[in-house]
Amino acid sequence: MNKKNILTVQNVVWAAILLAALLATPHFLKFYHQDLLIYLTINVLVVCSYRLVTLTGEWSLIHAVMMGVGAYTASLLFIHFGLDMWFTLPFAGGAAALIAALLCFPLLRMTQFYFLIGSFAAGEAIRLTWIEFVGVFGGTGGLRGVEAPILWGIDFIDPIPYYYLSLFIVSVCLFILYRIENSRVGLTLHAIHWKAPLAESVGVNAWRYRALAFIVGSFFVGLAGGLKVHYLGSVSPNQMGIGFMVFILIWVIVGGYNKFYGPIIGVIVLTVFDESIRTFEVLRPAIYGAVLILSVLFLPLGLESIPGRLRSWFGVGSTPHEPPLTDQ
Amino acid sequence: MAILEIKNVTKQFGGLTALNDVSFQVEEGEIRGLIGPNGAGKSTMFKNIAGFYTPTSGNIVYRGENIEGKPPHTISEMGIVRTFQETTLFQEMTVFENALVGSHIKGRTDIFSAVLGLDQKKQEAASEKVMEVLDFMGLSDRKDQYASELPLGSQRALALSIALVSEPKIMLMDEPFAGMNPEETNHMMDLTRKVQESGITLVLVEHDMKAVMGLCHHLTVLNFGVVLAQGTPEDIRNNEKVIEAYLGGA
Ligand SMILES: Nc1ncnc2c1ncn2[C@@H]1O[C@H](COP(=O)(O)OP(=O)(O)OP(=O)(O)O)[C@@H](O)[C@H]1O
Ligand SMILES: [Mg+2]
Repeated sequence: MNKKNILTVQNVVWAAILLAALLATPHFLKFYHQDLLIYLTINVLVVCSYRLVTLTGEWSLIHAVMMGVGAYTASLLFIHFGLDMWFTLPFAGGAAALIAALLCFPLLRMTQFYFLIGSFAAGEAIRLTWIEFVGVFGGTGGLRGVEAPILWGIDFIDPIPYYYLSLFIVSVCLFILYRIENSRVGLTLHAIHWKAPLAESVGVNAWRYRALAFIVGSFFVGLAGGLKVHYLGSVSPNQMGIGFMVFILIWVIVGGYNKFYGPIIGVIVLTVFDESIRTFEVLRPAIYGAVLILSVLFLPLGLESIPGRLRSWFGVGSTPHEPPLTDQ
Repeated sequence: MAILEIKNVTKQFGGLTALNDVSFQVEEGEIRGLIGPNGAGKSTMFKNIAGFYTPTSGNIVYRGENIEGKPPHTISEMGIVRTFQETTLFQEMTVFENALVGSHIKGRTDIFSAVLGLDQKKQEAASEKVMEVLDFMGLSDRKDQYASELPLGSQRALALSIALVSEPKIMLMDEPFAGMNPEETNHMMDLTRKVQESGITLVLVEHDMKAVMGLCHHLTVLNFGVVLAQGTPEDIRNNEKVIEAYLGGA
C-alpha cells in the first residue's frame, strides 16, 4: 500500500529491457521449445492465481481442476457453437468462478487440513463427472479439435503469435492480480491469514474474503485453462488432476510464497531446470526430486529469498528481519 | 443511560458453567471494570458480547437492540470492539498496516474499485485517520516498523490503536496492563483516560488493582461465573465477599 512512485527512469528502462527480452525469446528457440514457452507463460498465470487463493492462508487442492473447468468450458463452446477464443475465454474464467462460488458453501466451512482434503475431494468429483459423462465430456480421452483463432490474417496456431497473445493476456491478468494484492482487499486477505479473529474484531467478514479470493483465483486459472486448450487443442481429465496440482504446489513452494514474484520465479526456474536435465533420461525424476528436497531444506522461504540472503552474507545493507510477508 | 445491558447471561461449555445468570449494565461514557480471580469468566463475558461466543441463554442489549448471537464482524460494525487478552497483532505487518486493517469498516472497497484505483479518496481518508490515531497513541515514529519489533508497551498501544481506528462506541479491553512495568502502566493509564475522554465507553478486564481502582467509575466483580458484587471502587475495596474471594481463593 506504499505510495512509492514506480515510474522512475530506472524502472522504465528495466521494464523496456524485460519486455524486449520477452518478445525476443521465442526467436532464439526451436519449435518444440516455443511450445514450452507458451505453456510456461500460461503456467505463470496458474501459479499467480493460486497465490491469490493462498493469501488467506488456506491451501486448496482444486486449482488444477479449476483450470480444467476453464479448458472444458472453452472446448465445449468452441466445438458446439464455434465460438472463437476471444469469446470462450471470459466464459472459461466465468465457469470456474461460478463453480468456485457454489463450492464456497461446503468448502469454506472447513479450514486448514480439512479444507485441503475437502477441496481435493470436490476436485475429484468434478473430474469423475468428466470421465463418467462420456457423451458430453468425452470420458478419459477428453475433448479434442479445439483450435486457435485467426485474426487480421494472423493464424494464432503458429507458436510465435500465440506466445505474444498469451504474453499479453497473462500480463494483463498479472497486473490485475498484483493490484488486488496491493490494495486494501489484499491487506485484508493478509490480515485474515495472520490473525483472523483480530481482523473480525474490527469488522472483517473473513468468510466473504476467503470466498472472494477463492472465486477470483479460480476465475483466472479457468481463463488460463481456456488459453491452454486453444493452443494444445485437447483437454483430458488426467491432464488436470492431482499430478498437475502437485506441480503447482512445487512451483509455488520452491519459488517462495511470501512475495508476489516468488511463484513466478519458481515456475520459470523449475521449468528451465527440468528441460535442461532432459538428457539424463531415467535419472530425471530422481534429480528433480533431489533438487526439490534440497531447496526446501536450505531455502524454506524459496528462491525469492536468495538475494536477501546474499546481501546479508556479504554484509551489504542489513536484512536481519525477514518478515514472511511481502513488503511491497 | 445504559449503552450496554447484560441480562441473565449464562454460558456453558459442556458441563462447565463459565457464566451463570450474569447481569450488569454499562453506562454511556464510563470506564467500567470487570474484575475477578482467574477463571471467573471475564474473558468469556467479553467473547459473548463481541460475538465470538453465543450465550447459552440470556440477552445482550446494545442501545436497545438484542445483539447476542450475531457474528463478530457485525457487532464490531455496530460499534463494539474488543481487544484480546494476549497481545494480538498482525506481527508480520508494519505498525501502519496493522492500524490500517482497523479502518476496514470505513475503508473497505470492492475488487473493481481496488484494481482501477477508484477508491483512492477513501483510502487516503483511511490513512489520515490511521495517522491521527498513531499520533494520539504516540506511535507515529514507529509506523514503518514491524509489529513484532515493538516493545511490549508499544505493542499494547498498537492493539489499542487498531481498535480505535475502527471508531468504536464501546471498547472491551482484556487485560491491557498485564506484564507491564510501573512506567508502562502509568503511560497506559494515561492513554486509557484519553480514550475515555474522547467519548468512548470502556469496559476493562484487569488484574492490576492500581489501574482498576485508578481508572474505573464502577466495578463488577465476577467469581466462578457469578456476579459477586457491584459498585464504586470504594465500595468494592471494602466488600467482605470480594476480599474473601480474592484472598481465600488464592
Ligand atoms: N472455549 C472454552 N471451552 C471450554 N471451557 C472454556 C472455554 N473458554 C473458557 N472456558 C472456561 O471457562 C472458565 C472461565 O474462563 P475465562 O477465560 O473467561 O476466565 P477469565 O476470568 O478471563 O480468567 P483470567 O483472569 O485467567 O483471564 C474457565 O474455567 C475456563 O477454563
Ligand atoms: Mg481472561
